[in-house]
Amino acid sequence: MSTLTPPRPRTGGRSTPRGSFVLRLGERYSLLVRPRTLLVALVLLVVSAAALVVSVSVGDYEIPLAAVPAAIAGVGERLDVFFVQGVRLPRALTALGVGAALGLAGAVFQSLSRNALGSPDIIGFTSGAATGAVAVILLVGGGRLMVSLGAVAGGLLTAGVVYLLAMKNGVHGYRLVLVGIGISAMLTAVRDYLLTRADLTDAMGAQIWMIGSLNARGWPEVVAVGVSLALLGPVLLYLGARLRFMELGDDTARALGVDTQAVQVGALAAASALTGAAIAVSGPIGFVALAAPQLARRLTRTGGTTFVGAALMGAALLAVADLVALRALAPTQLPVGVVTAVIGGSYLIWLLYTEWRRGRA
Amino acid sequence: MTVHRTDRLSGQELTLAYEQRVISRDLAVAIPDNSFTVIVGPNACGKSTLLRALSRTLKPAGGRVLLDGQVISSYPAKEVARRLGLLPQTSIAPDGIGVADLVARGRFPHQGFLRQWSRDDERVVAEAMESTGVAELADRSVDELSGGQRQRVWLAMVLAQQTPLLLLDEPTTYLDIAHQMDMLDLCAQLHDRGGHTLVAVLHDLNHACRYASHLIVMKEGAIVAEGEPAEIVTAELVEHVFGLPVRIIPDPETHTPLIVPVDRRRTGS
Ligand SMILES: Nc1ncnc2c1ncn2[C@@H]1O[C@H](COP(=O)(O)OP(=O)(O)OP(=O)(O)O)[C@@H](O)[C@H]1O
Ligand SMILES: [Mg+2]
Repeated sequence: MSTLTPPRPRTGGRSTPRGSFVLRLGERYSLLVRPRTLLVALVLLVVSAAALVVSVSVGDYEIPLAAVPAAIAGVGERLDVFFVQGVRLPRALTALGVGAALGLAGAVFQSLSRNALGSPDIIGFTSGAATGAVAVILLVGGGRLMVSLGAVAGGLLTAGVVYLLAMKNGVHGYRLVLVGIGISAMLTAVRDYLLTRADLTDAMGAQIWMIGSLNARGWPEVVAVGVSLALLGPVLLYLGARLRFMELGDDTARALGVDTQAVQVGALAAASALTGAAIAVSGPIGFVALAAPQLARRLTRTGGTTFVGAALMGAALLAVADLVALRALAPTQLPVGVVTAVIGGSYLIWLLYTEWRRGRA
Repeated sequence: MTVHRTDRLSGQELTLAYEQRVISRDLAVAIPDNSFTVIVGPNACGKSTLLRALSRTLKPAGGRVLLDGQVISSYPAKEVARRLGLLPQTSIAPDGIGVADLVARGRFPHQGFLRQWSRDDERVVAEAMESTGVAELADRSVDELSGGQRQRVWLAMVLAQQTPLLLLDEPTTYLDIAHQMDMLDLCAQLHDRGGHTLVAVLHDLNHACRYASHLIVMKEGAIVAEGEPAEIVTAELVEHVFGLPVRIIPDPETHTPLIVPVDRRRTGS
């Protein structure tokens, strides 16, 4: 007789969460480790690093892979060092940072609204930021810094309005998504109106900003997104551990000792600020915040959101997408947002499809 | 003889409301220590609301809830969660979460950043799953369980919290008759041997009378009767609270009150 599936091992009192094991140091310290999560994280780190190295090496001016480390360290050939340190490395690092920020913030928004559509793209944040930036470009004029500030202000303002309108004894997923879609539509109308009134060059500039791009991003952008991540990342990971409990329902979370209101307000503020920083640096790059958390939780198979996974997935996704955007139709550069949508979207559909075939999408 | 009754958990002058809608006004309630207190009352009379206020998940619009002599909101959230557990009427299981993972969430108030899974955690979670009969399900996903299995997993999570006070909102919903009895026996056991204080909302008056050491009867947000079931449950009370004519006979098993609805088809009323 043959069996197709091996018999389930008897649990016999074993209670450690499935797929995890424990690292102990004496009785006081214990860490819960999930090999699958670690493996996924490792793969994403490797993908990110590979994308970084390749994007630094390829281009009209090729730098052999072997020469890349030296150029990054600043001790290679002069022209290599110029291209790597001055142009390509900051751009690649910006991609990683913006991707991580969007992935992490997207995971927080989705977890808060208990809805996969609760990402900043859908709930109006991105749209608010774009309108803020366009308003600055068309009404005030001004350099990239002013535009960035306009974007952040527009995004935060919109997020605030959406949350106030959607809030009723806490945030409800569908209300949030629906209110966000409504506000987005109104903001798009405002933006279109502004664009029709603008002169051609201004309108072009605004349109280009709205596609979202990593072209010509330098060290100031790396520092901006890096500092935002360093400040807000740990806060969001701390709050994220509590958000995972709020995914069980507010009453359950509160009964387990989570201060739900403080967590909700803090997570909202920090995630909005992080999204604002990312959009200020790169313009609104679509789809990363929506897809990265979903991809990460499906790959790691954790029940609920994985925040570290979402950040790593966002970084890898955007780094690879930017590489494709640069090289796929070279010398023409694609806007990176187009590529994130194509890569992330098709991957997500494939994952959902395979899950559905296994009968549990 | 004076009766010494201490109450670790009580509410005074409670006004409970959702926004402008007041559910209970000036409510006084005390949960006798080491009791198995059962709350009964018609749908929407405010049972869950009271339980939520007692467990700090709902902030009272007026009055206060006292836990061990102090206003409950003055404790750190995790401290309350080490003394008092709540099984809410509805909870959400995130997609794909495993049974053991969910039960393990109950250990949160005992854990810290560098203390993520102690031997205590491991033992307590195993015991909680054993006593609720879900140990064989440990590696399954919660979303592929039946309603009754799920209910027992949630109860296991609350038990894993290891609190001396347990508030259970309709712990027997979704359960078949045998599992209902298992669940109530388990509660009784926690109460008799474990020294827990239990508060449960039940809809089955006969279960309530059989198991409760202290019965609280609610109507329209107010407590209309409380005490030992045998002393307070009368046909008049039940008719007054539920609007249902009944007869009361002694339960042949336990001699507690057994409530039998009058057959309205025969009496023609
Ligand atoms: N989140 C809420 N917001 C507004 N009103 C609510 C909310 N929850 C409950 N209510 C209202 O409060 C009243 C009491 O509800 P509660 O849930 O306490 O009833 P209950 O006695 O537990 O009923 P059931 O037996 O059906 O569970 C009801 O009229 C209900 O509509
Ligand atoms: Mg109820």
